[in-house]
Amino acid sequence: MKRRRLIQGGFLFFFLPVALWLALLIVLPHLELLRLSFSSTREPGFTLGNYMAFFHEPIYWLTFVRTAMYSILVTFIVMIIALPVSFYITKIARVRVGAFLTVLVLVPFWVSELVRVYGWIILLRESGVLNRFLVSTGLFREPVEMLYNDVTMVMGLVYTSMLFMVVPVIGVMDALDDSLIEAAYDLGASKTAIWRTIILPHCTPGMVSGGIIVFMLVLGSYLTPNLMGGKNSLWFTEQIYNQIILYFNWNQGAAFGFLLLGLSSLIIWAGLRLTGQSLKEVVK
Amino acid sequence: MRIALSVENLTKRFGDFTAVRNVSFDVEDGKFFSILGPSGCGKTTLLRMIAGFYQQDEGKILFNGKDMEGVAPNRRPVNLVFQNLALFPMMNVYENIAFGLRRRGEKGSAVDRKVRDMLERVGLPDSGKKEISQLSGGQKQRIAIARCLVLEPTVLLLDEPLGALDAKLREHMKVELKTLQAQVGTTFVYITHDQSEAMVMSDTVAVMNNGVFEQIGTPQELYHGPVSSFVARFVGSNNRLSVTIRRDINGGMFARYADAFDLRLSRACSDLGEDGAYDLFVRPEAMLINPDTDEKRFNSLPVEVKAILFDGGNSRLLVSPEGTKDEFTVALPQTRQYDHIRAHDRIRVGWDASASLCFRKSEWTLYDET
Repeated sequence: MKRRRLIQGGFLFFFLPVALWLALLIVLPHLELLRLSFSSTREPGFTLGNYMAFFHEPIYWLTFVRTAMYSILVTFIVMIIALPVSFYITKIARVRVGAFLTVLVLVPFWVSELVRVYGWIILLRESGVLNRFLVSTGLFREPVEMLYNDVTMVMGLVYTSMLFMVVPVIGVMDALDDSLIEAAYDLGASKTAIWRTIILPHCTPGMVSGGIIVFMLVLGSYLTPNLMGGKNSLWFTEQIYNQIILYFNWNQGAAFGFLLLGLSSLIIWAGLRLTGQSLKEVVK
Repeated sequence: MRIALSVENLTKRFGDFTAVRNVSFDVEDGKFFSILGPSGCGKTTLLRMIAGFYQQDEGKILFNGKDMEGVAPNRRPVNLVFQNLALFPMMNVYENIAFGLRRRGEKGSAVDRKVRDMLERVGLPDSGKKEISQLSGGQKQRIAIARCLVLEPTVLLLDEPLGALDAKLREHMKVELKTLQAQVGTTFVYITHDQSEAMVMSDTVAVMNNGVFEQIGTPQELYHGPVSSFVARFVGSNNRLSVTIRRDINGGMFARYADAFDLRLSRACSDLGEDGAYDLFVRPEAMLINPDTDEKRFNSLPVEVKAILFDGGNSRLLVSPEGTKDEFTVALPQTRQYDHIRAHDRIRVGWDASASLCFRKSEWTLYDET
């Protein structure tokens, strides 16, 4: 009896911080935001006006769709780069080289995102390192502005989220028995057939869990699209920022926030459905 | 008889270490060929060269007379059953067996017919829809072999596929593999460290040690006429007696054991010198308990029974010759004739001179002796 109470005490001890953190920092603010999103400063009581404004104003929902599309694109690019990288690290490189390469993937993330983005700016701006090099070699006649366009922004987003795909994919690929690859090879499979029939199906859970993380990070990122995409980037998080900070319209900002939450949930659900994975499997 | 697989002077080095040295052999079509050796002797390296996963440094591999130099594993008419079987967990049984056929681009109906036929053949006709994790050890074994056989390879390579099974199932699978091989008629090249597996199943066995073939022959030839002390010890069980060779006044050869006993040798090992140390081998089943023969060719030793190792039909006595610390095993036939023998009894064991073999002492150890 006494022992049981002790276990319960221990459970409470570990559970309480998590519960408090969830309740005070996540659930409570969101409830308040939810309330705000359904009210307005102009009229008292319940209103759908904030959500209607989103659909009435094309710039809002176009930004919304654009953000979603680019986030999906970034997730796919990250996946395509992460697969061969992880394959090289786990299957081809020797153990020590592999460990070194993993650290190499990690190192940039010891620096804050802001500093990393400024690094890109120093490289790519009109008076930047790359431009100066290209002009001095005579390849370019005059410097070109390489920042503030969609390609640069996508590149920056891919770079900042690469780690979150590489780590889970390395995890699953490490667990892939080499003899399965050899067996497929022995049974007559070509290299592409081995990737399609053995490696990709095996790595799907890792790729999906990495994909979810990358997608959520990219969708909700603010710094990289803003600094590298400039004012042309039109990322949905900027709309939320503008509403709350510039126009002090918390009600509109809250509504946008919930729309973004709904969007990311919907796309992740669709992604899981499409790949035939369950959330339980992926989280494992 | 057609030669399905021919290996000529094959050598493989890893840095300074030579894993396989100048190995040559031929396997006739439809035969069961085993390569028997302790772990680390190079047999897996040899197998991987035949399958194409390693490139040999010297020598040739020919399938039906065709040189395989530069041919990738997925283009060779050979399939490998892996040690851990390597069934694809992401596919069900049917898809596992259909895998190779689909890679060849065979049509759906032909694939279906062949897979069903193969499942029937290995005695698992209704298992097509099962997942790999639902199969028992023996069933996995059969599916792994079926997956290769469905491709009708010239040679099927098997890399100790019974290693992971428990003893009872292993006994059963030995017989089953042998029957299956006889039934399908495919050439099997089987590697193992278990001499019983090799002997029971094979038409021909090659004994491998330190990267070379010590002897190739039928199981009977290896058992009765080993050509080296390694083969003598590795194939079947054997007792090893450290002896020196002595010649008597009539020119007959004797082996002197423990400075006390003179043991008669058969004429088969007459080309021995009187110098150096030798090993005399006598099989436990060649040793008789309390032999009642006065024949001249018979050797006998007084021994003390250390223990009775009862194991049904495979029972043995652990004995120690008087005045030595050596231990030998002697077959103990379960005919109730020897029921009176107890531990610490003093008895005599004897054997016919022709049942013993003598080799110059050589420096090697079996891997499990450390």
